[in-house]
Amino acid sequence: MDRAKPSALRTPAAQIPVAPRRARNGGSGWWRGLFDTPANAVITAACLLLLGIAIPPVLRWTVLDAVWSGTSETCRSASGACWAFIGEKFRFILFGFYPRQQHWKPALTLVLLFGMIGVTAVPRFWHPRLVVLWVVAIIAAVLLMAGAPHPGTVATDVWAGLPLTLLLAVIGIGAAFPLALLLALGRRSRMGGVRWMSILVIEVMRGVPLIAVLYAAILLLPLMLPAGVTLDKLLRAQLALAGFIAAYMAEVIRAGLQGVGDGQYEAAKSLGLSYGTMLRLVILPQALRIVIPSFVTLAIGVLQSTTLVIVIGAFDFLNTARVAASDPNWLGFFDEAFFFTGAVYFLLSFLASRYSLWLERRLRR
Amino acid sequence: MMLQSLGRISSRIGRRVGRLGPVKAGVITLAVATTLLTAVSPDAWAGATLDAIKARGVIKVGVGTAPGFFSPDSNGRWQGFFVDFGRALAIAVFNDPDKVQFTSSSPQQRLPALQSGEFDILLSGVTETITRAMHLGFHFGPVIFYDGQGLMVARKLGVSQGTQLDGATVCIQTGTTGELNIADFFRQNKISFKPVVIEETSQVRDAFTSGRCDVLTQDSSALALERLRLPQPDDYVVLPERISKEPLAPAVRYGDDQWLETVNWVVYATIQAEEYGITSANVDSFLSSDNPGIRRFLGVDPSVGEAANLDPKFAYTIIKTLGNYGEIFDRNVGPKTRIGFERGLNQLWTKGGLLYAPPFR
Repeated sequence: MDRAKPSALRTPAAQIPVAPRRARNGGSGWWRGLFDTPANAVITAACLLLLGIAIPPVLRWTVLDAVWSGTSETCRSASGACWAFIGEKFRFILFGFYPRQQHWKPALTLVLLFGMIGVTAVPRFWHPRLVVLWVVAIIAAVLLMAGAPHPGTVATDVWAGLPLTLLLAVIGIGAAFPLALLLALGRRSRMGGVRWMSILVIEVMRGVPLIAVLYAAILLLPLMLPAGVTLDKLLRAQLALAGFIAAYMAEVIRAGLQGVGDGQYEAAKSLGLSYGTMLRLVILPQALRIVIPSFVTLAIGVLQSTTLVIVIGAFDFLNTARVAASDPNWLGFFDEAFFFTGAVYFLLSFLASRYSLWLERRLRR
Repeated sequence: MMLQSLGRISSRIGRRVGRLGPVKAGVITLAVATTLLTAVSPDAWAGATLDAIKARGVIKVGVGTAPGFFSPDSNGRWQGFFVDFGRALAIAVFNDPDKVQFTSSSPQQRLPALQSGEFDILLSGVTETITRAMHLGFHFGPVIFYDGQGLMVARKLGVSQGTQLDGATVCIQTGTTGELNIADFFRQNKISFKPVVIEETSQVRDAFTSGRCDVLTQDSSALALERLRLPQPDDYVVLPERISKEPLAPAVRYGDDQWLETVNWVVYATIQAEEYGITSANVDSFLSSDNPGIRRFLGVDPSVGEAANLDPKFAYTIIKTLGNYGEIFDRNVGPKTRIGFERGLNQLWTKGGLLYAPPFR
């Protein structure tokens, strides 16, 4: 059978001629290809026309006719966006119900978390100590939100806004990782029981929407706990979120594990490495490196999914903005509220995706 | 790279914790644990809700989010019609309107949360129904807001009552009970209407503003918000009729009659004050009243309050701080606010409404 295959398939990849990119235009300026053929010219013109129709009203609303300061009365008489609303509600949108005189605590939490994310983004700092640092940072952030130096004085009910969104996402991803690793390894395990259990967990979690998992954690979990034991509402949501992320992350990791050639496993085994040592020294470093971009994509998704905690009555960043517009004194500025939160979410997600592209290039080197 | 030594890390953490010594490590673990876990929260299973409230020093109230009824101001402080009743309860129990903690709860989650002890009371606009009262295990206090499906029309139509709407076109959303209620309403009043049935909420609003229909119908509290989202809210008016019943009452779980009665009489106090004509502005002048009923009510004659196991002056303090029912209503959702509700059914029984307080004696 083998012999019947066309010979081209046997040609080593390096020998297959690859057409040089942009050969037809012979240049690499961004404008090339916009007008080179009639079809492209029509598409370009249509896009320009659409932009021409869309941009002026958006610009008029966001900038030209916008109200930058004043009361809700000044806003109501104007036709543009009411950025004075964002100014008035800025602290509420950021920190929600957190006691106002203690706002430095969630602010410091934000600085801490963004700082840690910034540090983690630099490959030079990738070191086991970083994980220890993360654990310390998250504990510090949680204690700070709980009212450090007197932890426990601020109930989790009033945790809100951007710090809550970030904490949910960061702790969710952090807690999901070890679980995801076990699930991914379990799914590739040769032990039938372990494999089937892993498959069951992953597929059930991926098969139901996050909102259902959150409801289960909020409504069903308390019924399953022994009498007299209650888990904090936010903690229940966080556990549900972590479990949900773990299922998706397990599949990402599994893809990485499959991307490592069989030869690597065989070579490691032939050196006499144990299963654990083989994973730690040979397989995981390669497997995880392959899937770092997928991790970033997953993290962006998680950041945006955290808004679903609205169903348990928690006030994440999006929800504080929405509720800010239900103050009778500043009623109905939903467009501004969602524009502002949308811009912040976009900025965070965009930075993350640019970073992922940069990292991909760097790791390929 | 990063994960090459994941295994090493756990042992490192272990060593580090070990270096801290058992006491310090224990303290840290405990601090983290108490922050994250409210394990064995005592109030969840205490026999009496009121005892737990007094031990805790604060009333936990579940609210919703709707402008005028419950919404945070720019400082993150809860304001609104239902919120004021929460503050009134805090005055009755602690003589301090701020010893109350409001937490927003979603409609799906609020009743289980009340059941599990997360809240002492729901002031989130729960409709009183027989299923909730008898099957699900919740007691309801007095209805503090009679909501119901309402009708909104353009002011320029000059309509002041629903019965004048003969032949009107009505915008309705499909698949809601509103569709059935509106048909019943017009049939009962023997007038005709043309329904315009639309799927999408935003399209219903568009159809109404573009003049495709004369009437927009929804639950009246939702209608008030809808009105404010229209380009020129002042050009529209919500008619006083309510064509379905949505009695919104405070809800408490079974098991503490004393707490339920406290809720009852706090609400009655605001209603009774309005009936007596006592307001936050003139309450002090009533202290010298000769009327024995008013003297009992305000605690000048302390016998009733003492018998009720409450601060005899609780009604006085509530009226002085928050005002009577009418003041609370007008301040939060009344005609002069942006919400712009008429009193309608939420008017004293003496003025054609349903508010009626039993005697304070």
